Amino acid sequence: MSSATNSSPDPGQGNEGKHHLAHYFDTRAQQYDSHKLAMWLFLATEILMFGGLFCAYAIYRATHPEVFLYAHTLLDKNLGAINTIVLLFSSFTMAWGVRAAMLGQRKLLMGLLAVTILCGFGFMGIKSIEYTHKWKHGLLWGERFDYAALQDHGGGHGETVVDEHAHAADDQIDAHADDDHGHADVDDEAAAVMAELDRDAEITVAHGHAPEDVPRNLHIFFGIYFVMTGLHGIHVLAGMGMLTWLLVRATRGDFGTHNYTAVDLGGLYWHLVDLIWIFLFPLLYLIH
Amino acid sequence: MNTGATTTADHVPGTATHDDHGNYLTCDKGFRSWILTLDHKRIGVMYLGMILFSFLVGGIMALLVRTELLTPTQTIMSADDYNRMFTLHGAVMIFLFIIPGIPAALGNFVLPLMLGAKDVALPRLNLASFHIYAVGAVMAVLSILLGGVDTGWTFYTPYSTTTNGAVIMVTMSVFVLGFSSIFTGINFIVTVHKMRPAGMGWFKMPLMLWALYSTAIIQVLATPVLAITVLLLVAERALGIGIFDPALGGDPVLFQHFFWFYSHPAVYIMILPAMGIISELVAVYCRKPIFGYKAIAYSSIAIAIFSFLVWGHHMFVSGQSDLATVIFSALTFSVSIPSAVKVFNWLSTMYRGSIKMDAPMLYTMSFIVLFGIGGLTGLFLATLSTDVHLHDTYFIVAHFHYTMMGGTMIAFLAGLYHWWPKMFGRMYSMKWANIGATLVFIGFNLTFFIQFIMGSKGMPRRYFNYPPEFEIYHQISSIGSYVLAVGLFVAGGVLVHSLLAGRRAPRNPCGGATLEWQADSPPIHHNFDEPLVLTDPYDYSGQEWDETVQGYVIAGASKETSST
Repeated sequence: MSSATNSSPDPGQGNEGKHHLAHYFDTRAQQYDSHKLAMWLFLATEILMFGGLFCAYAIYRATHPEVFLYAHTLLDKNLGAINTIVLLFSSFTMAWGVRAAMLGQRKLLMGLLAVTILCGFGFMGIKSIEYTHKWKHGLLWGERFDYAALQDHGGGHGETVVDEHAHAADDQIDAHADDDHGHADVDDEAAAVMAELDRDAEITVAHGHAPEDVPRNLHIFFGIYFVMTGLHGIHVLAGMGMLTWLLVRATRGDFGTHNYTAVDLGGLYWHLVDLIWIFLFPLLYLIH
Repeated sequence: MNTGATTTADHVPGTATHDDHGNYLTCDKGFRSWILTLDHKRIGVMYLGMILFSFLVGGIMALLVRTELLTPTQTIMSADDYNRMFTLHGAVMIFLFIIPGIPAALGNFVLPLMLGAKDVALPRLNLASFHIYAVGAVMAVLSILLGGVDTGWTFYTPYSTTTNGAVIMVTMSVFVLGFSSIFTGINFIVTVHKMRPAGMGWFKMPLMLWALYSTAIIQVLATPVLAITVLLLVAERALGIGIFDPALGGDPVLFQHFFWFYSHPAVYIMILPAMGIISELVAVYCRKPIFGYKAIAYSSIAIAIFSFLVWGHHMFVSGQSDLATVIFSALTFSVSIPSAVKVFNWLSTMYRGSIKMDAPMLYTMSFIVLFGIGGLTGLFLATLSTDVHLHDTYFIVAHFHYTMMGGTMIAFLAGLYHWWPKMFGRMYSMKWANIGATLVFIGFNLTFFIQFIMGSKGMPRRYFNYPPEFEIYHQISSIGSYVLAVGLFVAGGVLVHSLLAGRRAPRNPCGGATLEWQADSPPIHHNFDEPLVLTDPYDYSGQEWDETVQGYVIAGASKETSST
């Protein structure tokens, strides 16, 4: 390939080729390959960014296995499974859409992109139902976690938390708690440090004590849960924005048998978003 | 598609109309023609302006820090201001100057030219990278207005999650700048893969391209981890997510692991392109083919790979396991192998060369000396027992200034002087450029060599007050920093003067054999208007000095008419 030349568009591509070929490329194949390589590199950066979170997940799961085993029962497996199906279906419509674009089937492409966007809305809708439940029951991250809400919760079935602020009788950490509002469920070492620093009063982690059978530090799981699903959700939203832009362009008739790179690359991104969820679902919802 | 080494000019009918008149600087006028340009050369020049401005800001902060340290107690600012000052000095210099410095400014300009291409593969991404960089720079400035940050540029938790100040703003600025860096990296990888001219195989590329390619790999692979790290830090600060907070069962050392998983490779983002510049210049100014081409090329890739395996050496005293510490120590020693391979190859290139003592060569030789000192003192720090003593002292401050400033900044200046005539079409005063280079070298060593001694005697870094016995060391260091500043102003003044009153540059004033010297000085909008002759990038035998054009021409070719 001789980019130094850029002498003429690839012969044999006709007028359409000239149309979509940027002046700094020699051939459309070179242009297509360049854009595709760039997209794959971008996807690699996305995977590495989520890689940081998977790494954090692995570390805390290794150091707090009981937290993950218990806390995942507070998630709704059914909603998670439905969302998985929704996203998988959207990947199917997306892949079909890329094919439609390649074959120049404009109407079909528009329909498939629209369905894919709708799946995105469906996913985010179900996700918001899940988030609302968690919010209502205080199943939140770090300092927002409400241990009192866990009272009487037997575990094993999701979303059955009773929201009451009763205090458990004996909590491991009671020794450190001398204020009326209850005490954070922090681990002993950290609690000792905190006591030393005389910061007891500042701890606003919880409004009550966890029941005896509930492992401490449940909020770690929910911190990771919200960061991972939240960042994934942002990517779904970005993907929906991208799909809408593709839909507008498809409606305008921008794509044809020789010009479908944008749909192709958009599809790659959407599949990545799907793929990340495929990892998140078992790691967060299906722990044994 | 052309085959063979000789390629044709880029006159595509209908695309090269307006740029036949004038060069890339003059072909189009107005603010919009710059801010919305897709031309890699203009983007490089805009980057250069922003980067030099950041360097000025960071440099002024450095001078204020050094001035404050003239006396053992308060000199010109309060302790809190001092903390903010050295934090911003570090953040500005690293994220706004050194990381984008060589790739985004000089690399953007020369990479497509060295490939004989018209542009990078993704010009719009390139422009986006610049705009995002500008947004990140504005956010960094805003953080000063919002009260500054006193965490040090590393933002270690739990201090960074509890201190007052604009931590969120400055870390989000780092997040945004990371995008800019990633976009540049993606662009360079794709361009090197897909835009090489026919006949330029991987091992016929100039070494600068190998270096930029290795850098781009690190940028793409490491920067996303920084992105998630600062996002978690923001989540920790804004929402109390607890992941780095020991009070909530989190692990603050995890932040250090995440941070250095990016930031150690990042120091190679800084030094690798510098090594690329030196590899080019040492051959050009010694008029001798580069020694050990393949070894230098492979060592760039080796450094890129090793860079990901050594981050733990920042945490020798942070409570890492003994086993991890020993492994990281051993891996850290191994990085010195590819680095030394490069240094020995440069020295071998100089051996029996016909060394031309122009300013770029002075900077190149400064680089070899200073990087040698910086690299070798790194071994002291990789050694576990000495690191316990030297950790967080001025020894390490001196070490990373020798590598980052003595290495990258000096190489940046070398490259800037080398390509300046190509970028702006003007020659500078070699005499004054040499004076500037000498002053920079003297000032730099005066500033930082004493810090090795100070640090090994136990002076901790980042301290506002210090025992009186360290006063003389600090004063020598501060005086050195003023000499260094004068040297840099001379160096900058020479370049500004050349723009105003320099004589017009010929095509090839320095005798380089890489493709960019076949373009006009400055190049036209589409870079090349004549057939390119692909030659060995380090073969200087075919060139001869031409008195009439004051530059090098192909030997035996008809006299080149003035290119301007």
